[in-house]
Amino acid sequence: MKDMSIISGAVHHDRIHDSAAKHVSGSADYTDDIAMPEGTLHAYLGVSQVAHARLLGLDLAAVRRAPGVVGVLTAADIPGINDISPTGLNDEPVFPTDKIQFHGQPLFAVVAETRDAARRAAALARVDCEALPCALDPVAARAAGYPYVTAPLKLARGDVAPALAAAPHRITARMRIGGQDHMYLEGHIAFAIPGEDDDVVVHCSTQHPSEAQHMVAHVLGVPSNAVTVNVRRMGGGFGGKESQMNLFCAVAAIAAKKWNRAVKIRPDRDQDMTATGKRHDFVVDYDIGFDEAGRIHAVDASFAARCGFSADLSGPVTDRALFHADNAYFYPNVRLESHPMKTNTVSNTAFRGFGGPQGVIVAERMIEEIAFATGQDPLDVRKANFYGQDGRDVTPYHQQVEDNILDRLVGELETGADYRARRKAIIADNANSPVLKRGIALTPVKFGISFTATWYNQAGALVHVYNDGSVHLNHGGTEMGQGLNTKVAQVVADAFQIDFERIKITRTTTEKVPNTSATAASSGSDLNGMAALNAVEQIKARLVAFAARKWEVEPDAVEFLPNEVRIGDVVLSFDAFIRQAYMARVQLSAAGFYKTPKIHWDRQKGCGRPFYYFAYGAACSEVTIDTLTGEYRVDRTDILHDVGRSLNPALDKGQVEGAFVQGMGWLTTEELWWDAEGRLRTHAPSTYKIPLASDRPRIFNVNLADWSENRELTIKRSKAVGEPPFMLGVSVFEALSMAVASVADYRVCPRLDAPATPERVLMAVSRLQAGT
Amino acid sequence: MTLRSEIRFVLNGRDVALADVGADRTLLDFLRLDRRLTGTKEGCAEGDCGACTVLVGRLTQGRLVHAPVNACIRFLASVDGCHVVTVEHLAGRDGQLHPVQQALVDHHGTQCGFCTPGFVMSLYALWMEVPEPSEAQVETALQGNLCRCTGYSPIIRAAIAISRYGSPAADPINRERDDITARLKALHDGCRVVTGPTDNQSILPADTDDLAECLVENPGATIVAGATDVGLWVTKLLRPIGPAIFTGHLDELKTVTVAGDTLTIGAGASYTECQDQLIRHFPHLAAYWDRIAGWQVRNMGTVGGNIANGSPIGDTPPVLIALGAEITLRRGAARRMLPLESFFIEYGKQDRAPGEFVEQIGIPLPRPGQRDAAYKISKRRDEDISSVAAGISVTVTNDRITACRIAFGGMAGTPKRAKAAEAALLSQPWSGAAFAAAAEALRQDFTPLSDWRASADYRMLAAGNLLRRFFLEHDAAETAPAQLARA
Ligand SMILES: Cc1cc2nc3c(=O)[nH]c(=O)nc-3n(C[C@@H](O)[C@@H](O)[C@H](O)COP(=O)(O)OP(=O)(O)OC[C@H]3O[C@@H](n4cnc5c(N)ncnc54)[C@H](O)[C@@H]3O)c2cc1C
Ligand code: FES
Ligand code: FES
Repeated sequence: MKDMSIISGAVHHDRIHDSAAKHVSGSADYTDDIAMPEGTLHAYLGVSQVAHARLLGLDLAAVRRAPGVVGVLTAADIPGINDISPTGLNDEPVFPTDKIQFHGQPLFAVVAETRDAARRAAALARVDCEALPCALDPVAARAAGYPYVTAPLKLARGDVAPALAAAPHRITARMRIGGQDHMYLEGHIAFAIPGEDDDVVVHCSTQHPSEAQHMVAHVLGVPSNAVTVNVRRMGGGFGGKESQMNLFCAVAAIAAKKWNRAVKIRPDRDQDMTATGKRHDFVVDYDIGFDEAGRIHAVDASFAARCGFSADLSGPVTDRALFHADNAYFYPNVRLESHPMKTNTVSNTAFRGFGGPQGVIVAERMIEEIAFATGQDPLDVRKANFYGQDGRDVTPYHQQVEDNILDRLVGELETGADYRARRKAIIADNANSPVLKRGIALTPVKFGISFTATWYNQAGALVHVYNDGSVHLNHGGTEMGQGLNTKVAQVVADAFQIDFERIKITRTTTEKVPNTSATAASSGSDLNGMAALNAVEQIKARLVAFAARKWEVEPDAVEFLPNEVRIGDVVLSFDAFIRQAYMARVQLSAAGFYKTPKIHWDRQKGCGRPFYYFAYGAACSEVTIDTLTGEYRVDRTDILHDVGRSLNPALDKGQVEGAFVQGMGWLTTEELWWDAEGRLRTHAPSTYKIPLASDRPRIFNVNLADWSENRELTIKRSKAVGEPPFMLGVSVFEALSMAVASVADYRVCPRLDAPATPERVLMAVSRLQAGT
Repeated sequence: MTLRSEIRFVLNGRDVALADVGADRTLLDFLRLDRRLTGTKEGCAEGDCGACTVLVGRLTQGRLVHAPVNACIRFLASVDGCHVVTVEHLAGRDGQLHPVQQALVDHHGTQCGFCTPGFVMSLYALWMEVPEPSEAQVETALQGNLCRCTGYSPIIRAAIAISRYGSPAADPINRERDDITARLKALHDGCRVVTGPTDNQSILPADTDDLAECLVENPGATIVAGATDVGLWVTKLLRPIGPAIFTGHLDELKTVTVAGDTLTIGAGASYTECQDQLIRHFPHLAAYWDRIAGWQVRNMGTVGGNIANGSPIGDTPPVLIALGAEITLRRGAARRMLPLESFFIEYGKQDRAPGEFVEQIGIPLPRPGQRDAAYKISKRRDEDISSVAAGISVTVTNDRITACRIAFGGMAGTPKRAKAAEAALLSQPWSGAAFAAAAEALRQDFTPLSDWRASADYRMLAAGNLLRRFFLEHDAAETAPAQLARA
């Protein structure tokens, strides 16, 4: 029986993903599933086989002669500007003309009748080049005097040098943090269909349709209004399709215009992984001063990142690493520096957390250093350093932490997961278990929400109500599995008080909502939900005015009830009411807009309020390691996570579970391995190992902090959820560290580098056992 | 010998006959490009992600058995005589979702949905076999399916709940079973099939003798068994494989028998097909077997192929060498037997003459006092290639080591016996000290390489520790667990 007193798909209620039935039946169309027009051609990239070289010439004769080939595209075929750098720094050509900058860099494209023909032909190119010395990682790059790809950032507060010198204890060390491939199940793909005049339509899998549109216009040398970019859904994005799709859109569009035929480009998985960017690896040097109680006095840390050959999004990514190098802790005196290093590797890019995780894990490393050095339970050290009151509430970027809920949240998890008793039992059991050792860790996360590029914090939406009462909803966000369309439709359903099924969610297209921001920084529902709500409010205001006029009642006597509208004593079905409004010539369509209030950021000064609010969470993980082989198992994880008042608890829990496992993968088995020539050797799922079902915690309890409410006026007082829980995976890393530390009585910090592969775990065990 | 030049099979409900099927044409491209059955996805084209999972049903001793396989590396020619089932076949005609599908929807088992059709197919196959699986069974069934969004928990919850949505008895495949069985039987005409362009020919011999003949006729042909290696030569390396001689349909090559003191496995038996019998006689291989690849690959890949490919990191050679296995090589009617370790000459070179094929593998059954173990170490527990694999077989008589065979994978250019370690153990009393000495002796046996799977130092340290583990696990005085249980 349907409950008539509440609409279906109401906000704050579980609602199944709007495409779920199509997903399971195989009828959800991704870009590669769109029926191709007659004569569609296929493009494929030809790539470099060296990491750094002067490019002297390309001999493509054999490529052109190969069966099925229609032609090739080189830099010379680009009608507009040969640049797709998302920052406008002009440092990222579609195809290079003078210099090869990384192994696997696209040098040209071949266009053929079939994808198979194009792929085979691409391998036939002869590249004439003169090798140059290369620097692959940030340490080598600094040593070789490589430049920054973008301006570094400094955050400072207090007086670091004297505070460090005066601190009772001091530790300096280095941590290496590996990158991560997105390994979205659907790889990159773009499909361009030429139109009249300058026009071209590009279907693709991008998180940032507006940028793809502007880039395509830029390389074609046409105005943006000639280019339409459409995204129905992505098979995963995670940041990897924010700027990285530009290349594929550009190539498909140039080829489509050149041959006046539809052109599709889809790299294979190896090319997807070698030619597109990943999470930044970092090498972090830290210097901490603290006292016997474990309180931090001062922190001085430098964050060198492998940015790759161009800036891409490395500026904001390395900035965000610094913004999160405090995680949840107050540093009385602090200096943080970023070194966004140019390297001869693929240009690194956005990935869920956007540098934040690399900052957070360093904060947690410093905490465990202090805990091992002082012989305390790391949780006590964490608590001793949490942001608090009395001046202990200012971040290194001078934003006051006003909404901290970690004391309560961590306290609840500590009790709920029975952390103290389990830790005690583990320490006792470890003493009697020669081979298998266990570890447990409870780690918090505090994550700042907003794009640090302040102008990105805007969104648009378009809502039409048709005269039968059905609603068409469009917004600037993109659907990559996170359930954004479902949540925004819930907001609209709630505002109109109509059943979810009355709302049709359509593909994202630059034709309907212009100048959108990337669906990134966890901002999707915060921004687009508000923009859609704004559109609905406009339509509702017109409807209320109309009803008040027509039925001669006060505006506040007009009420939107579940699927009905009450006007004084009159009750009409929503559909009948809309029909009347239409007959009375009320405009039933509106474009909504939203911009986030309160935020500002002065990068020069390193000072401001870059974040509208913070999202919080904590996880407690227990692991067992095998000290003979370094293999391990996650025995149990308990999570308590803050999403404010959830728009859709089921989808939010799904985000938390998925992000945790992805974060755990980053820190455990996902290893990017370049050889000395700069070739990525872990470039497909056969060699790059993301978690499987059997890797997830054996016991996995995930809860939302249902008492939490955003103190800011966000959409329905919810909080962003995409990225923050990613960092809950740090609990696994810290638990592994404790298990390793057990072989040296928990007094030596194992200083595991990430990812903690079985090899790193065994080598650390062996190092600690040897006492070196 | 009668020849046929068409591949014939049943796709979902329809009979399909295709002329001119080239050796390297994949099932996935056929489904997506030729038939526009786009529910089946390509995520990697190398058998590792499972997005392309479909079911292939074969008549096995007259019974129709469906198994999930990777369409991306399965060659189209190899589905001759089979029933291919794609995700489009599951929902009812009225659009009503199948129990597997509805359970996934209700448990929020999809986010981006790209992995989903593959999960649907794996779980569908599991549910038909085991309607009420345990969590461990679900995980084993899903070793070949990656999901980057959900973290898997909702999928596992759905998998366990499927039976509440319906019973396999009412399932479309089961309802059609008699009909499809009859149609497949009719397709089996005992012909040799030859199809495809001359430089890319597919040859399906009529039986094993015909295979021997085909190979004598085409000594340079590529033998394709499960295609879990050869498939990647095509999809990743774009290597031509024609003419290719397919063996996956040859029932005789799949037989597993026990005669006297030897278990004999046909070279064409897939990992799945030989699993039960193998484990009955060698229980120490149970956990190990489940860690070779994922379910889909185990349903295709063969032990014969794992040996014949000569890889230094194949998982079966070390354990088979430790057990003293011998292989039978056949050319035409001539057969010769060879201890398995002698087959591997050096990296990339095996003792196999042109026109010869591996026909079977014989493994001596365990003798009294024999203690066996098989260990695999990999970066990720499941569906990963070993950084080190070990087969250890030690016979203890009156507390003294009277025989031992130890072989490692991942430590040299071939799967190789650890002769110095064996010597360190032989005639020694059963003791931790003897195994510590053997671990030390491994340095004389091996100089491993460093690569993306593991460094040389790690390989050496871990290999030695596996010998220590073996002692701890088999010593009566040791009670603490010496390796991680699945839990
Ligand atoms: C995703 C994935 C995961 C994997 N994981 C593992 C793993 O964990 N451990 C592991 O060991 N392997 C693993 N493999 C590889 C493994 O599946 C193969 O080595 C398999 O055993 C080969 O058997 P096949 O029948 O598929 O051989 P094919 O690919 O058909 O052939 C392999 C080679 O053997 C030859 N050949 C096949 N049969 C014969 C015969 N009877 N006589 C002579 N030559 C023959 C072929 O010509 C070819 O050279 C994995 C593969 C994939 C795709
Ligand atoms: S496409 Fe990944 S396994 Fe087939
Ligand atoms: S739902 Fe996106 S990969 Fe599984």
